[in-house]
Amino acid sequence: MEIRLLPWLRQSLAVLRKDLRIEFRTRYAYSALIMFAITTLVTVSFSVGGFVLDADITAALLWIILFFSAMAGLARTFVHEEETGTVTALKMAAQPEPVLIGKYLFNLTLLFSLAVLIVPLFLVMLNQTVLLPGALIAVILLGCLGLAGASTILAAIVAKAGAKSSLMTVLAFPVLLPLLFAAISATRVAFAGGLPQAIAADLLMLFFYDGIVVVASLLLFEYVWNE
Amino acid sequence: MVVTGRKEAGKLLNQVAVRGLSKAYRRRILFKDISLIIPDRSVFVLLGPNGAGKTTFLRIICGLIPATSGQIEIIINGQVLSPREKRTQIGLVSPDLALYGELSAVENLEFFAEVRGIPFSLARARELLHFVGLQGREHDLLDTYSSGMKQRMKYACALLHQPHILILDEPTTNLDESGVALVDKIIKQQKQQGIVIIATNEPREVAYGDQTFTLA
Repeated sequence: MEIRLLPWLRQSLAVLRKDLRIEFRTRYAYSALIMFAITTLVTVSFSVGGFVLDADITAALLWIILFFSAMAGLARTFVHEEETGTVTALKMAAQPEPVLIGKYLFNLTLLFSLAVLIVPLFLVMLNQTVLLPGALIAVILLGCLGLAGASTILAAIVAKAGAKSSLMTVLAFPVLLPLLFAAISATRVAFAGGLPQAIAADLLMLFFYDGIVVVASLLLFEYVWNE
Repeated sequence: MVVTGRKEAGKLLNQVAVRGLSKAYRRRILFKDISLIIPDRSVFVLLGPNGAGKTTFLRIICGLIPATSGQIEIIINGQVLSPREKRTQIGLVSPDLALYGELSAVENLEFFAEVRGIPFSLARARELLHFVGLQGREHDLLDTYSSGMKQRMKYACALLHQPHILILDEPTTNLDESGVALVDKIIKQQKQQGIVIIATNEPREVAYGDQTFTLA
């Protein structure tokens, strides 16, 4: 695989710009993400009532909301290309890697913008205090990087299948399980406080998970894209 | 088969060479062991009834789907192109291919120029859109276009990178008389500088062919 970073970067940004422009006009993926996240958040908030939950439970709830929201919206990037038939034009014009990187950056943008909105709302609605805010930001950033990375490559696979929406969640769950474990564990420490060593291992785990997902996706994508 | 084209040291500089090409979907054989040479500066017309595999044949040339056996070599300036290089030399117009309806004509051209890594200018986009008869609608979203206008837009995208090989699947689909005249002009121009491959059953389009091949 020949690596040409600068042309890849320019072409990836072109894919990102195109997807953002289409998303801005249609709100195709973001509507799905945001509606799912807000509905789930309100449901959880009403179910909990005025109780203050244990940090273990709130950390898990936060990542469950982010995980299922991502599943609801992030597959759209590739599914929309397949459904509208633009995938042939894209394959003819673009190299596989810039397509993957552009779609990854697009999903990352969606997920970050979702997290910026949902995480503060979550903390307010569930009366959750954060003792280590810096650590929480780091967990959310690293978690979103991994979530977007795994969702992007899985979306490319799922786009070629029949039962797209249900398949995405089923395929993503085992792939994202290590990320979810580490993210929930680190979020719990960020909420309840603890020693730096307690969170460092989880953050390191998230960092390596993100790296592995990106590298594996780049290696696999050409096969998935051309299959 | 008469093979013509520019020769250097006994070799064809530019050509599409199909060698022992077969395609089957499970037990259904679409075509088997096809070998032919499409020389430079010629028009090759692929004929055959519906379902004979014309579109599949074109998609294999483009590298969009794999052949069951055999291979297609695209040779430009004496060099056999890699699968990635192939697509830089091919312009495709096909009913299967759609452009971005949520983008305008200029935005589509800008995007495809950027992902192909070729320079884009508004002047070049306007020139292309004028050539295909879409002047005055440059900034309208493609979703507002008629099917004939979308077909014209596909030609603009296919010609954007000045490909050596132009592949046309049912080239005059949805086009009016002026659109048909445009396709006629494009085919004649492309023949002067490269290769045109057409899949059709229209007698008027068959007449373009320097070489024809019928899939049973």
